[in-house]
Amino acid sequence: MVEMVVFILMGAVALAGALGVVMARNPVYGAMGLMATLFALAVFYVVHLAHFVAVVQVIVYAGAVITLFLFVIMFVGVDRAESLTEKLSLQRPAALIILVGVVVLTGALVVTDRFDWVISTAEPAQVVGSIEEIGENLISVGSSDVRQASRWLLPFEATSLLLVVAAVGAISLAFYRPRRSEEETGTSDSDTGSNR
Amino acid sequence: MIVTPGWYMTLAAVLFLIGSGGLLLRNNALIMFMSIELMLNAVNLTFVAASRAHGDIGGQMAVLFVLVVAAAEVAVGLAIIVSIFRLRRTASVDELAELRG
Repeated sequence: MVEMVVFILMGAVALAGALGVVMARNPVYGAMGLMATLFALAVFYVVHLAHFVAVVQVIVYAGAVITLFLFVIMFVGVDRAESLTEKLSLQRPAALIILVGVVVLTGALVVTDRFDWVISTAEPAQVVGSIEEIGENLISVGSSDVRQASRWLLPFEATSLLLVVAAVGAISLAFYRPRRSEEETGTSDSDTGSNR
Repeated sequence: MIVTPGWYMTLAAVLFLIGSGGLLLRNNALIMFMSIELMLNAVNLTFVAASRAHGDIGGQMAVLFVLVVAAAEVAVGLAIIVSIFRLRRTASVDELAELRG
């Protein structure tokens, strides 16, 4: 009963935020809607006993990612509300066809009872995603069942490499100045932004 | 009535659909990026709901990895958007046609 109330309330918040992302003309409102959706999903994670994932969701997404988005939105300019008109003539009909196709496929999966656990009302097994549990799964290699315990060790190390690559890529993109190639082709610096 | 995993699956499907609609219909690169984040989060919700329904913590581990990949993607993608904006003074994907053959 409590879970249903939480589901309805937070589901409404999540849907409203998602619609805000898609329909807001001003990107700042879109970012706020995205943050509302992320908080609602964090509440769902708590309902599902995934406490650590919920905390990480709030810190990483609502804390870091939305802040990064807001920085870039402020940099790009908040006052320019762009038009919602579409220039490509086939884009809107093709998008609608794809969306309807996704709806039909999803509905077909639900109707065909392919996954009966989806509609099961049985009380699920308790999996508490505590920090200890997740840490054991991530980096523990000393357990008796080594193959089971170190299942996520290689992906974990791979993500560290991925993060380093992403950080280096972002920094090098930030330092990238196209001046040299512009001078080589004979274009002056002053008209790079406005004329092209 | 009991909230079954199907409820969360349905909510996640609707969120994913809204996100893909935003990705396909908007032409601001930032809005498109936020729509991608929305789709990733919808999938995360299905992962966590399935993790609870099966009693397997693997779903939550997958969510953590999706979070890391999404954070890396946002860092690089926003850097690309900023450098495009410095060059072209626009964030609209309709204006970017350098790769047209």
